[in-house]
Amino acid sequence: MIVSGKQLITEEKLAHLYASMEENKKKPGPLMPTLHEAQKIFGCVPLSIQKIISRELDQSIAKINGVVTFYSQFSIEPKGENIINVCLGTACYVRGSQGILDAFSDELKIAPGETTADGIFTLQATRCIGACGLAPVITVNQTVHGNCSVQNAKEILKNFKKTL
Amino acid sequence: MSNLVTLTIDGRPVSVPGDYTVLRAAEVAGIKIPRLCFLEGIHEASNCRVCVVKIEGQKGLKTSCSTQVQDGMIIKTNTKEVYDTVSFNLELLAGNHKFECWKCSRENSCEFLDLLRRYNVENDFSNAKLFDQKDILFNDTSGAMVIDSSKCVLCGRCVSACEKLSGLGILNFNKRGSKTFVGPALFHNLEDSGCIYCGKCIQACPTGALREDDQIKTFERALRDPNKVVVVQVAPAVRAALGEEFGYKIGTNVEGQLFASLKELGVNEIIDTNFTADLTIMEEGHEFINRLNHQGVLPMFTSCSPGWINYLEMYYPEYIPNLSSCKSPQQMAGALIKTYYAERLNKAAKDIVSVSIMPCVAKKAEAKRPEMGRDGLRDVDIVLTTRELARLIRHQGIPFRDLEPSKPFGALASYTGAASIFGASGGVMEAALRTVSEILEGHSTPIEFTEVRGSEEIKEATYTIHGNEIRVAVVQGGRAIKEFLEHMKTGTKTYHFVEFMGCVGGCVNGGGQPIVPAEIQEKVDVRAKRAKVLYAIDEATEFRKSHLNPAIQEIYESFLDKPNSHLAHTLLHTKYTKRSPYSGS
Repeated sequence: MIVSGKQLITEEKLAHLYASMEENKKKPGPLMPTLHEAQKIFGCVPLSIQKIISRELDQSIAKINGVVTFYSQFSIEPKGENIINVCLGTACYVRGSQGILDAFSDELKIAPGETTADGIFTLQATRCIGACGLAPVITVNQTVHGNCSVQNAKEILKNFKKTL
Repeated sequence: MSNLVTLTIDGRPVSVPGDYTVLRAAEVAGIKIPRLCFLEGIHEASNCRVCVVKIEGQKGLKTSCSTQVQDGMIIKTNTKEVYDTVSFNLELLAGNHKFECWKCSRENSCEFLDLLRRYNVENDFSNAKLFDQKDILFNDTSGAMVIDSSKCVLCGRCVSACEKLSGLGILNFNKRGSKTFVGPALFHNLEDSGCIYCGKCIQACPTGALREDDQIKTFERALRDPNKVVVVQVAPAVRAALGEEFGYKIGTNVEGQLFASLKELGVNEIIDTNFTADLTIMEEGHEFINRLNHQGVLPMFTSCSPGWINYLEMYYPEYIPNLSSCKSPQQMAGALIKTYYAERLNKAAKDIVSVSIMPCVAKKAEAKRPEMGRDGLRDVDIVLTTRELARLIRHQGIPFRDLEPSKPFGALASYTGAASIFGASGGVMEAALRTVSEILEGHSTPIEFTEVRGSEEIKEATYTIHGNEIRVAVVQGGRAIKEFLEHMKTGTKTYHFVEFMGCVGGCVNGGGQPIVPAEIQEKVDVRAKRAKVLYAIDEATEFRKSHLNPAIQEIYESFLDKPNSHLAHTLLHTKYTKRSPYSGS
């Protein structure tokens, strides 16, 4: 599979996954840490990766996929290099986060949950991220931006694009 | 056994062992707490919230299936609060269920419907068509099994049954919240999911969300077609269970009524799969003797259970050379019906519809395998499960209980006791040993090999036959198959002959057999009772060794020549292919 010009699964990445599984097998409940690692390495956990994990950890594919599709941290489809999350939890929502989400949608020309054609951004709506005091809140990768508005959201995006 | 504790349920004092749950204690007290998702030993996750009770001094309501009894507990199961909660929980479950009871495979055995009736549940939510908003998984592409998530109440029984009984974990919950559905990963088709079609999930399902691929209509159409001759074969295990669908006790032999009802349905010719079970023993027995005498691949594995064949082809293809090349009795019968029998009836093979009644879901997939036919015709055209036959008999208004017992009317219907025990775990092995030992020793040998009978998942025995030690094993159910083959890979034990069955208990407990409600499953040893029927038939038959069946001797004389002859190989033997799950995109 090729995502934005790059091979999604490479020998190098696979070696990394196998190494982490060897580590995780020593722990009780090796599935969750392995899936986290796989999501980090590949940016998603597609069926081909689930098959490898199934074989190594001796768990059925249906079970692994059950976990992958249960938690929103995992994805089947590749995500973009940068992930923008807009909180739609109650506090953020009543303070207008839906408008911010729509603004990002307009700017990036993608619907929430989608990835831009160049593979640079993924836009997501999330549940409460526990920073209600700063509502409305968005995150760009690991950075949290509080007290957002439609106006400064556009600015955050513009500034972030400069750093790319 | 832990110490007895005494508690009060609805004012009745009851003493039970301390490790009992409240649900079980209530049963001892004769109080029927409603239950839906609980399946003893398999699914005890308290998902459905239908078995809730009020425990004095404790907050809220508790699920009785997962609450352990304590001394002095005071429990109420019939307060207004409990009743209203159970009713409302059922109403919520009903809101996600598509009701088309008249065409549902579970028309007579729906545990969910029974509860809705008992609580006279309102149906406002599903009338509001809430379920239309949900993505529905409907998958019938396998031709053997159907998943219809519009009828699923997400109790989770099938998920646990698949994991614990087949050891495969093909089914699981996908997604979450209101979007949750049960199925293979990512909407994959069942035939690509590694499923062996053992049907344990169907028997665990309290609704009709999982079922066999219904072929009743196709069968009825064939019966109405004046240009076709319908030839039906019936497997040994069907007669041991069909009666349950008509109110007979578990473990009643209804062979006579079974044949009578087929006559009523308008079937032209009936043959007995038992006959080809005898034929299987002749072919398989001689194949085994050949392998033994000519350093062939040992241990030899039996090949009658299509669930087991699926398992081996997908998960342990390295053992394919160990498999006997014999087709299953169903496919042997099919091949004979379209050749030998067609000739006897003076009919062209294309004018014959070959139908089999099987205790098995995997048989449907087996009949569809491309190699199981010739000249563009299938050897077996239609496979009905025991349950489907029962439904058809009911739909046609045939008074099953009042029928005068009948014999099969066809040339391929006589059988020995050895054939009838094919339907129980250990039966194929015992039948083979009866014939093999007699052929090798050259004189009459004992009939019963009781060491291979019984409910243990892996049974082993050693017999001395003609001066040689023959080590045999009998393995039943997906979980035991895995355990046994893993042991074979690494262990030092060697075997000569191993019987495998995809289902625990063998065919009597097959995925196509009548569904026994959860409450009865935990009280009655269904497998043992049904197997007892087959062993009783065995004891009552005149001939108890396959090679002594006069009809078998006749067919070799007039048609097949001798076991493993060229013609026998063409018609009665097959090849296996390595397959891998999730290979589709």
